[in-house]
Amino acid sequence: MIDFVVHDEGDSVGVVVVEGVKAGDEISGWVMDQNLDIKFKAASDIPIGHKLAIKPMQQGDTVIKYGTDIGKVVADIGTGEHAHVHNIKTKRW
Amino acid sequence: MSQDLSSATFSGYRRENGRVGVRNHVIILPVDDLSNAACEAVANNIHGTMALPHPYGRLQFGEDLELHFRTLIGTGANPNVAAVVVIGIENGWTQKIVEGIAATGKPVIGFGIEQHGDHETIMEASKMAKQYVQWASELQREEAPIKDLWVSTKCGESDTTSGCGSNPTVGNAFDKLYPHGTTLLFGETSEITGGEHLVAARCRNDEVRERFMFMFNRYQDMINRFKTSDLSDSQPTKGNIEGGLSTIEEKALGNIQKIGKECLVDGVLDKAEAPTGPGLWFMDSSSAAAEMVTLAAAAGYVAHFFPTGQGNIIGNPILPVIKICANPRTVRTMSEHVDVDVSGLLRREMTPSEAGDKLLDMMFRTVNGRLTSAEALGHREFVLTRLYESA
Repeated sequence: MIDFVVHDEGDSVGVVVVEGVKAGDEISGWVMDQNLDIKFKAASDIPIGHKLAIKPMQQGDTVIKYGTDIGKVVADIGTGEHAHVHNIKTKRW
Repeated sequence: MSQDLSSATFSGYRRENGRVGVRNHVIILPVDDLSNAACEAVANNIHGTMALPHPYGRLQFGEDLELHFRTLIGTGANPNVAAVVVIGIENGWTQKIVEGIAATGKPVIGFGIEQHGDHETIMEASKMAKQYVQWASELQREEAPIKDLWVSTKCGESDTTSGCGSNPTVGNAFDKLYPHGTTLLFGETSEITGGEHLVAARCRNDEVRERFMFMFNRYQDMINRFKTSDLSDSQPTKGNIEGGLSTIEEKALGNIQKIGKECLVDGVLDKAEAPTGPGLWFMDSSSAAAEMVTLAAAAGYVAHFFPTGQGNIIGNPILPVIKICANPRTVRTMSEHVDVDVSGLLRREMTPSEAGDKLLDMMFRTVNGRLTSAEALGHREFVLTRLYESA
């Protein structure tokens, strides 16, 4: 059972692909590019399709997904926490 | 299944100019907003014809007018269309569109409403529409090689499952179609923001790369000229954000999964411009679903791959739009809109190659005649791109 996927092992976030992930749940992940299995504890309730941090991030850090820059951290994010528009912003426009 | 595509064929309508269509529409095409009513009346009179109403075509000028003509002529010229009745308020622009479509060799005729009124125009246009639809009804599908197939892609209401499921499915299918001389298309200029270096690196040569970056920068300049914020209420859309996408960069990196891992970008097109050879083409285009798909149809594409995450329901009047979805919630709650369910990818029950094959299987069924969900549900979004105000 896969609860979340990560595109690349260098990424700082993964994507929840099941409904109903709650804070405290032990969840299983699949790193697609390297075909690795990982486990994490969710630190927030995370809706399907939303991201969880798989590395701790500080304000000003760059968020990496697909091995590429997807924006900047605007509020610190702990491992297993929900990472979205409340703590990540675009570097463009 | 993973069939050998080198000998694959499909069944389509060979048109007068050699292109092959997968539908056989007779369309009633308004030049302008004023002529919608007459076009709809003709389509109502003559069973098997279809009106394509739209809100524009008056007092446009310059590049915006050229795009209007290119889009209408391209729509009529598309090989999914057998014959066209054009109706405009006056004869000048009506004949310009008729002549553009006539270059394909297909039957086309135009009617100007002024000095006749709606009644007489509808009667005369209906007579021709009846002749056309009866003629078209006798045309037969014939076997055509896969190199005669033109396939476009654009995604919509994307979420994070698009980037890891439905978009890579399209990418896998494109990588498999590309070596066989098919003509492929992607676009959505603003939704490459953050991944433009990756697309540039895939361009066949420096000339193509420069043209791509010119189009990319032109669109960025337009956004910078008109924006009043960081676009976080528009791009990503509210639906994208609901689906978990946080930034334009994240959306773009998911978006460009659609061009696969192997095929090269062979050329760059302006909006509604037709490609001049096989390969993968980039078209400068809006990222709004109906606008981009309308431009793809006007460029001559005959089948469309449309991955969605949150459930975009778009269709097009003449271009069959095949929906691909990897989000299990969307597949459950909006199943009537989904043609290809690849949610198994995210459960690790399916490989990307198996997902690509599943899409190609549905592509063959669709081009051979199966109606897409969007066609069966009556989605006919015909949306013209405007560049600026009318004069």
